[in-house]
Amino acid sequence: MRGAITLSGFGFGLIFGLGLLLSGMTDPARVLGFLDVAGAWNPALGLVMGGAIAVALPAFALAKRRPRSLLGAPISLPTSSRIDAKLLGGAAIFGIGWGLAGICPGPGLVLLGHAAPGAAIFTVTLILGSKLAELTNKP
Amino acid sequence: MSIVLDPAVLVESLAGGVVIGVASGGLILVNGRVAGISGILAGAMRRGAQAWQWAFLAGLLAAGALAALAGLPVPAALTRQSWPMLALAGLLVGFGTRLGGGCTSGHGVCGLARLSPRSLAAVLMFMACAAITVFIRRHVL
Repeated sequence: MRGAITLSGFGFGLIFGLGLLLSGMTDPARVLGFLDVAGAWNPALGLVMGGAIAVALPAFALAKRRPRSLLGAPISLPTSSRIDAKLLGGAAIFGIGWGLAGICPGPGLVLLGHAAPGAAIFTVTLILGSKLAELTNKP
Repeated sequence: MSIVLDPAVLVESLAGGVVIGVASGGLILVNGRVAGISGILAGAMRRGAQAWQWAFLAGLLAAGALAALAGLPVPAALTRQSWPMLALAGLLVGFGTRLGGGCTSGHGVCGLARLSPRSLAAVLMFMACAAITVFIRRHVL
């Protein structure tokens, strides 16, 4: 079963990455055009989220009612519902970084696979920033 | 302000979104896991990392490699950015997503698809802060 879970993990990562490429999320110009509401606003990325949520919503509704996944693994869903300073502060810091470069973690990794110059710098500092948050915020 | 509406781009965006939804829905139904990329990356970098986490990340990298093999250009909007700016952006995105427990995929797609108020709060916050950052850089500085 573990082999099947690893293989399907790869498959869904690949599909996710192809979706990011098709959607334009890997192009910072498209992302920054979406975020630039005061300039030449490009609302297209709203459709990316809308399309993704429309498909994922019934899947999550179904998953919530199942004790185990199709491969027999436990359904692992986040349990926290707290809206606190950590959540909002973290989201704010993430938003500033996203607005600076127009890259979030998934597209960063796809661009790294594309051997895009700069994607390696982004990914290395992404991991460093993530480690720093874990070190300074022990649960 | 003005609004850019290119029908081809809108179709690509919707289609790409549907594909992302298929991957996210597939991962929860088949593997029982949430497709939150910052969380998967952080998990893969810890002791006790699981094989599926590395496999999922390898899948994302493989998608990029396929784009390169297909001859797709690297976006110019990436290559014209300075490395110090990319490094700063990476640090902020890495720190913020870990502190806030998710990014565009974990909170933005999966969290909203689970109808989680916590994720909705995170999404509104990061969207607003990203838009303000872009506004300051493009229209103030």
